[in-house]
Amino acid sequence: MTPPPRMDPDALLQVEDLSVRFRSDTGVVSALNGVTLAVRPGETVALVGESGSGKSVTSLAIMRLTPSPPGCEVGGRVWLRGTDGRPVDLLALPGEAMRKVRGDRIAMIFQEPMTSLNPVLTIGEQIAEAIAVHRGTSRASAWNAAGELLELVGIPEPRARLATYPHHLSGGMRQRVMIAIALSCDPALLIADEPTTALDVTVQAQILDLLRRLQKRTGMAVIFITHNLGVVAEIADRVMVMYAGRIVEEAAMRTLFQAPRMPYTVKLMRSVPRLQIGGERVALEAIPGSVPDPTNLPPGCAFAPRCSHAMEGTCDVVGPDLEEVQPGHFVRCVRWRELAGGTAR
Amino acid sequence: MSTPDETIIEVADLRKWFRIGGGMFSRSGVDVKAVDGVSFSVRRGEILGLVGESGSGKTTVGRTLLRLTEPTDGTIRFRGQDITHLPKRAMRPIRRKLQLVFQDPFASLNPRMTVGRIVAAPLIVHEPRMGQAERAERVAEMLQMVGLLPGHAGRFPHEFSGGQRQRIGIARALMLRPDFLVADEPVSALDVSIQAQIVNLLLDLRARFSLAMLFISHDLAVVGHLCDKVAVMYLGRMVESAPTIELFANPRHPYTEALFSAVPDPDPEVRRSRIILSGDIPSPINPPSGCVFRTRCRYALPACAGDVPPLRNVAPNHQSACIRDDLALQPAM
Amino acid sequence: MAVAADITPRESPKRRARNRALARFVRHRLALFGLGAIIVLVLLCAVGPYLWPYNDLRIDISHRFAVPFMSAHILGADALGRDLFARLMIAGRVSLTVGFAAMAISTVIGTLVGTVAGYFGGAVGSMLMRFVDAVLCFPSIFLLLALAAFVQPNLFTITLVIAATAWMEVARVVEAQIRSLRERDFALAARVLGASDAHIMFRELLPNAIAPIVVASTLNVARAILLEAYVSFLGYGIQPPTPSWGNMLNNAQEYLATAPWLALLPGLFIILAVTGFNFVGDGLRDALDPRLDIT
Repeated sequence: MTPPPRMDPDALLQVEDLSVRFRSDTGVVSALNGVTLAVRPGETVALVGESGSGKSVTSLAIMRLTPSPPGCEVGGRVWLRGTDGRPVDLLALPGEAMRKVRGDRIAMIFQEPMTSLNPVLTIGEQIAEAIAVHRGTSRASAWNAAGELLELVGIPEPRARLATYPHHLSGGMRQRVMIAIALSCDPALLIADEPTTALDVTVQAQILDLLRRLQKRTGMAVIFITHNLGVVAEIADRVMVMYAGRIVEEAAMRTLFQAPRMPYTVKLMRSVPRLQIGGERVALEAIPGSVPDPTNLPPGCAFAPRCSHAMEGTCDVVGPDLEEVQPGHFVRCVRWRELAGGTAR
Repeated sequence: MSTPDETIIEVADLRKWFRIGGGMFSRSGVDVKAVDGVSFSVRRGEILGLVGESGSGKTTVGRTLLRLTEPTDGTIRFRGQDITHLPKRAMRPIRRKLQLVFQDPFASLNPRMTVGRIVAAPLIVHEPRMGQAERAERVAEMLQMVGLLPGHAGRFPHEFSGGQRQRIGIARALMLRPDFLVADEPVSALDVSIQAQIVNLLLDLRARFSLAMLFISHDLAVVGHLCDKVAVMYLGRMVESAPTIELFANPRHPYTEALFSAVPDPDPEVRRSRIILSGDIPSPINPPSGCVFRTRCRYALPACAGDVPPLRNVAPNHQSACIRDDLALQPAM
Repeated sequence: MAVAADITPRESPKRRARNRALARFVRHRLALFGLGAIIVLVLLCAVGPYLWPYNDLRIDISHRFAVPFMSAHILGADALGRDLFARLMIAGRVSLTVGFAAMAISTVIGTLVGTVAGYFGGAVGSMLMRFVDAVLCFPSIFLLLALAAFVQPNLFTITLVIAATAWMEVARVVEAQIRSLRERDFALAARVLGASDAHIMFRELLPNAIAPIVVASTLNVARAILLEAYVSFLGYGIQPPTPSWGNMLNNAQEYLATAPWLALLPGLFIILAVTGFNFVGDGLRDALDPRLDIT
């Protein structure tokens, strides 16, 4: 297996031209159309987008958890640096080896922790199982380690909680258990798919705080998938904004919030109401229309039909490339030079 | 008869307890106090935001005041008339004046019916003698008002996106020109870019019809944007209530402060000092004695475990259920 | 004016959904075969007797036990020389009529009971459904024979008796559907409008339960045909000389060794009809399953 020609020497994960297509009775769904991204050790990359933007599909494709062919075609490469420092293409890995990568090198947590926990096993059994499988330790020491993990993720009376069943726990506590399972084998990368979306704000704050502390402690990289720009500002180092299966803008978090270039990013930021005191109550700037149908993407730029800057004859014809605005800041818009200085507010 | 300042809805000491456990013939079981003594009023053209996390009882308040579940105690007045125990038949003419917009734009529209039939349903129920042509005209007019096309009447709900469906639900709710609308998390199931469309639509319709509205939400930013006044609920009780600006600038209950501080702001330069509450909302089956928030409150005193603190005036139009007056709490921004 | 919404809904997925259901049904080979068999049987029984030269009741001793394919009696003749093909077609009329009529009655009863029980729930619902359970506890054959022993057996009473043992399945299916539909927001939306219970039950909820009712009803036709054959075979059903597939089998018993076709042919028709309806029912179940439609 040859390393990719231009794999970033610092990168832990490098995704190249990843595409996912689902075939259904109604036609071909282009869920992902050439996504390229890199994640360095210890950093948090946020994938932001609305429903149908492809942010969750990206994570599933990296984990090779998309439905198997013939219903679904996955293209591109997913290079992951192994423990020995050599990159491996996950998409070319045999099934058995991929299973070892999952959980061992890359772990994942989901929006709805209840569906990923087995309702008839105690949480202790489930965490110990994960530890025993990946570390190959004895039951007793795995049980001990499970207790330590629960303590680490901030569950009160961790040892007593090992014997409880998932339905006895609140949503926030279940998500903590999922995080404990994910951490059980020291993954180099954690993919968190909307982990706080189903939670209340005060609990969301707890979980974000926990993730930040754990990351500092373990040095793992995190891909954080969310639709909430507030959460992005809270947790991300770098942000990729996705729309209709493509990355439309990529930048360091502060750059993105201060100087977004893609009209979609700008509009998205302006449409989010913010917590603020009084002032004139102005109408929110809504983005007209809705996200395009993935079976029937518009030609050219996918955002053009909703974009107030779209130029007829250009934006609806040519699909723009991701261009570099400044080092580390990329945007997919043919007009980014003219539209310079579009601030979020 | 309708004065601009008229009080449309007045709820006093509303309680809704659900009995769980115990069988059909047994008297055992425990009461879950989903709503335990909530009072508020909404005037014509006013939007009251009801804020709380899951389990706070905010949805139950909305459903109970629409008489979709029977209140355990308290009174509900609609334009001065006590409707708390009004029998079904007498309630019917009042129903047309009290409407509901749902959270889930997918489940709230009958999948087997055309949009025209769904939006016409209020007319079919309340004005059965109206002719087909007039009904169709009213439907077309209503669809346009919420930003859809009259031609959409012949289509089925699943042909529309989430935001469009929410517009259909709003069209149905406004068909009979109600005086009062309960909007139960109407934007939380929608994509961010669509939420703003619906929020703007609600503001627009409020201005047009002087609608009074109860806007139930867990999203403080949306509430701050839309509502004239806000009531904060925690574990079935109202802990604070004030005009929006006053509440945001000068919160007086520690739970309100914690809620504000937990909202992640989409601006990395804004760094509030974050208050991370410990633990979860306690079980409503066995709530803490005294102040229900005291188990998670960083300002709690031994006295907080004593009597249930009543809502009291801490400033004009501003009520809080915290016994401590000595706190300098962090505002929303 | 409100902010412009995007005003082009996705293109007619309703028709696509209908086509998808049809496509799934067509892909179901056995269902297609079943449908074909039913159509052929119905046409044969409805039109056949007018075209066929022999009358089902005409006795012609000279052709007793005519062997199939050896004379003008193409499927042979019975002990009295009556043309077997003519009798099979008339018997088919009786059997299919009983099947469809019993299905219609049981569907109406089952749907009513199920809807009311599912919608009101509570004590009313429990009482109705416990009654359904109680009726289900009787083995239907014995119930049928017991009932048949008390009533004058004819087409009408037999149909009623069979329907009386067949509505429970529909009631259970409908009850489960309505019970879950009742909790949906659109049912609540109708209550908010002040709609009456009857309006909500029959105009809002029931149309959403059509698919499982259609499936259960189709399977009920097969069941009714089989039950009719069963009681008639035992002599409590349709009385001779009116032929039905069941009593034809009964008559054929004596001659099983000498004239086996007298038993084989009605048996074959019964199998054809019953499996036909069962296959169609299975096909509909797959085709109408909304879980296969991602809308």
